[in-house]
Amino acid sequence: MTALSAPRMIRPRWLTLPLMVGVLLVLFWLLATVVAPLMTAHDPLDMVGRRLQPPSWDHLLGTDALGRDVLSRTLHGARHSIPIAVAVVILAVAIGASLGALAGFLGGLADTVIMRLVDVTLSFPPMLLAMAVAASLGPGLWNAAIAMVIVWWPVYARLMRAQVLEVREREHVEAAIASGATRTRVLTRHILPLCWTPVLISATMDLGQVILLAASLSFIGLGATPPTPEWGSMISDGAAQFYSWWVALGPGLAILTIVLGFNFIGDGLHDYFDPRSR
Amino acid sequence: MSAHTPLFEVRDLRVAFGPGGILGEAVRGISLHVDHGEVLGIVGESGSGKSVGMLAALGLQPEGARVSGSVRFKGRELVGLPRRDLRELRGSRIGMIFQDPLSSLNPVMTVGDQIAEAVRLHNRDMSRKAALDRAKDLLALVSIPQPDRRLQQYPHEFSGGMRQRVMIAMAVANDPDLLIADEPTTALDVTVQAQIMDVLADLKQRLKIGLILITHDLGVLAGHADRVAVIYAGQVVEQAGVDDLFARPGHPYTRGLIASIPDMTRMDDRLFSIEGTPPALGHLPSGCAFNPRCTVAQDVCRHLAPQTHVEGDHNATCHFAFQNVVSAA
Repeated sequence: MTALSAPRMIRPRWLTLPLMVGVLLVLFWLLATVVAPLMTAHDPLDMVGRRLQPPSWDHLLGTDALGRDVLSRTLHGARHSIPIAVAVVILAVAIGASLGALAGFLGGLADTVIMRLVDVTLSFPPMLLAMAVAASLGPGLWNAAIAMVIVWWPVYARLMRAQVLEVREREHVEAAIASGATRTRVLTRHILPLCWTPVLISATMDLGQVILLAASLSFIGLGATPPTPEWGSMISDGAAQFYSWWVALGPGLAILTIVLGFNFIGDGLHDYFDPRSR
Repeated sequence: MSAHTPLFEVRDLRVAFGPGGILGEAVRGISLHVDHGEVLGIVGESGSGKSVGMLAALGLQPEGARVSGSVRFKGRELVGLPRRDLRELRGSRIGMIFQDPLSSLNPVMTVGDQIAEAVRLHNRDMSRKAALDRAKDLLALVSIPQPDRRLQQYPHEFSGGMRQRVMIAMAVANDPDLLIADEPTTALDVTVQAQIMDVLADLKQRLKIGLILITHDLGVLAGHADRVAVIYAGQVVEQAGVDDLFARPGHPYTRGLIASIPDMTRMDDRLFSIEGTPPALGHLPSGCAFNPRCTVAQDVCRHLAPQTHVEGDHNATCHFAFQNVVSAA
């Protein structure tokens, strides 16, 4: 009892079990992204055995319809999904947050134009818009990424605008203006540094959501092109082999764990930055 | 008046809200002036227009507000001056101190960086190092102990009184000629209030700045102001030297304010208070704006706006100025 409760005493309140699990899950997939070839004996594109073998010691997650090792393909899938997700979120934050900040700070016509653009974009179901854009750009993972940036930036624009509107009314901003600061300086030094927390939290959670959307696009054939080992297209292959359940199991678990991991970290960040839980 | 131009002179300043001013005027023709080494107290209730007026004089009016009249700083007209020129005056020639020191500092910048920034905004080619040295001197100037260590701290590591000292240090960072303090002691407790007032008085003495002290507490002005302007519903209703004002208040509103100062030497009845609330924006009563709350109001007060009566340096805008018809208290 005492041995158990002793470390609990020193553990800060924001360091929760889900946060730790999330960090472990994400670390695992980041590791896979970097060193996937070292983690498995088989090449993800080679036909290494008979087709549709159930899991065995040789092939822990079995083989797919072309006789490729599912475990190897799953681990290599991280090398496609994670960089795409990171790139999409960074670009969406860069575009969305800057436009949102400008809308909130400048107000007037700039605000109207930017926010109506946001409204129009957000009025489409995200999947539908991503499909339409991806289809018009042609298949390929990076085209899907562009489609997802177009779908995702308005979320950050709204978030950032709301933050800027809130912070710009604070008294230290008025004090900065009264001490002769230029508008650019007021925005960059006295408003923006106080706006990032919710954007950071949201971006972390969205990493998982973007992976999910990318997999969905690949699932319907608009993302990765064969033979790329991408989780969405692997699940799509698995769906065609209904009785070979292992084909979809690997990528399915991969998506589940990485999305869960990012969500847990996002929640953890939220708790960490929330003054009430410290 | 005389041939000499005052340091800061406001004439018939008006601030109107809404398109075409339809929502009414918060400031309805304020005129006042302050000189080097002089402290002008501006006293009035919340919403009387005292803060809005002074902010508007520096071009800091709320969006959509219309400012008219004349504001001259060292003979230069500020109303209608381009934003860029106003910005160069603010923080360099004219310093400003706000009411709430708790929220007037940027929480994510060290105190040293903030003061250094205030310095460098108006001295572009000064190095960061030199600006930080200057910041250290400024902290010492406002009597903050251990300025070296304090420079590297964040606002949350300072007490309320210390933060207000930092605000004052920032406001005087560029040796301004004029300092406008908007309720500088309202958010602080009484002992700290006295310290902050001492810091301000000391700076005024040493740097020979003109000081405009905006407050709702006439008691604060008693020991510190040279002259006092009493503002009611966006107009100056009385203006006089501080001793003269307390000895011979000419306006019933001023008499009410003086009677409302708690007197610790008397143990008798309840504290006096002026009944009612100031008129809302755009809902002024006819005649004298103060008439619904005035204890000596007559028929004429309800129909006719009063003229300003002048007696030497003392003026009051009331039909019955300087006549103690019925004592308010």
